[in-house]
Amino acid sequence: MIEVKNIQKRFGEQVVLEDISTIFENGKTNLIIGQSGAGKTVLLKCIVGLLVPDKGSVLYDGRNVTTFEKKERLMLRREMGMLFQNAALFDSMSVLENVMFPLEMFSNKTYKEKLKRARFCLERVNMLQAEDKSPEELSGGMQKRAAIARAIALGPRYLFCDEPNSGLDPKTSLIIDELIHDITTEYNITTIVNTHDMNSVMGIGDHITFLANGKLEWQGNKDNILDSSNKQLNDFLFSSDLLRKVKEKNQK
Amino acid sequence: MMFVNSISTFGQYLSLMHKVFARPESIKMFFKQFMREIYQLGINSIPIVLIISFFIGAVICIQMKLNIENAWMPRFVAGYATREILILEFSSSIMCLILSGKVGSNITSEIGTMRVTQQIDAMEIMGVNSANFLIFPKITALITMIPILVIFSIAAGIAGAYAIGMFTGIMTPDDLTVGLQYEFSQWYVWCSIIKSLFFAFIISSVAAFYGYRVEGGSIEVGKASTDSVVSCSVLILFADIVLTQLLMQ
Repeated sequence: MIEVKNIQKRFGEQVVLEDISTIFENGKTNLIIGQSGAGKTVLLKCIVGLLVPDKGSVLYDGRNVTTFEKKERLMLRREMGMLFQNAALFDSMSVLENVMFPLEMFSNKTYKEKLKRARFCLERVNMLQAEDKSPEELSGGMQKRAAIARAIALGPRYLFCDEPNSGLDPKTSLIIDELIHDITTEYNITTIVNTHDMNSVMGIGDHITFLANGKLEWQGNKDNILDSSNKQLNDFLFSSDLLRKVKEKNQK
Repeated sequence: MMFVNSISTFGQYLSLMHKVFARPESIKMFFKQFMREIYQLGINSIPIVLIISFFIGAVICIQMKLNIENAWMPRFVAGYATREILILEFSSSIMCLILSGKVGSNITSEIGTMRVTQQIDAMEIMGVNSANFLIFPKITALITMIPILVIFSIAAGIAGAYAIGMFTGIMTPDDLTVGLQYEFSQWYVWCSIIKSLFFAFIISSVAAFYGYRVEGGSIEVGKASTDSVVSCSVLILFADIVLTQLLMQ
């Protein structure tokens, strides 16, 4: 479980996050949604420690990371996996080497065991056939799947995904969403997904946090999001034709 | 303001070097990276070093012969001057200036691209000391390879001088050999190697620093590459003065 308490972040005079507090639970796919510029990525970066919040704290299973020493923070990071917007695979390495990378860096297992684990992770995301390919030979969806395999290689307790569906077609987005959701429930990990893809919201949103102009405007899940009375959330949601039609149909 | 910026940049450079010079998290991965950098930064630079040194050696020989030739001068003096120029300055300082363009821009653009495509963030999230993992092997590999490149450069320059002597007939190989061997001091070769070690550190660390702190996109990566080559060149020239003064006194 990850708890965010009264997070505030400014860049110069601009307040990007204002007093954000929420809880992201284990075994659930937690989505952070909002328009571009709402502060989603900054919040995610504050949670993973790539940015330091000006105020507030982030608790990983009760451990306050904002007071962590450098060594403790490094140890915590080995419990994290992250899927970046553009996959961020190491382009000097093959797909298999990418998945092997965290194992080679931090695992005490033998080479054979590491290889077995890496191949297991690749098989889990249905990418075993592409293990010898380099990242530039892969499609966007395959890159994302390989990045998920790398993220789960060390068996993380926390998985973070920044815009996992950006640049993907709806069908591939669905595959990635299902994969993230299945991995979350299968390994009972805390997953936080940063997205503005409505298909993801309706498909895997076990817990949804809506941000607007750096403020937390609404929290809920995929089952009650369409019934929300929050104006900003409704403006955001029903800018999608698909959801507007779904709501109209439901009302009829 | 410019002074404050320079101090701030130097502070950032020292802070990065503090991260770089740490114990590698995985010795096996360090050696893997080290061997990759030996190939990419060192072995891949051998052809350009040989070609440039060969032609510059030939040109120096012609220039010395044409400009120093005098009835009062011994015939071997062109060979002697060629050797001294090659060993003392060309094969260490000028070759490193050239390498700062090739190797320096390569390092900056590689690390800069990794930065803007979030590959460095991915390493940091995993808990990897990305500065140590990416930059330390580059510094050690270039420092390891630079003496070899200097020796190759001296040898290719001398080969160029012989070639021009034989093919144009401006100088006999015997005169050149006498000049090359005349009052040879082994210390000068060591000076050249010692200087090149410092230059290798400047090239690899400064270029990596510029790449590591890139923010933005491809335009910023290109700008950082240019800035790193300019900074490396200026620092090499400045270090050359200091080192020459210290070593040759």
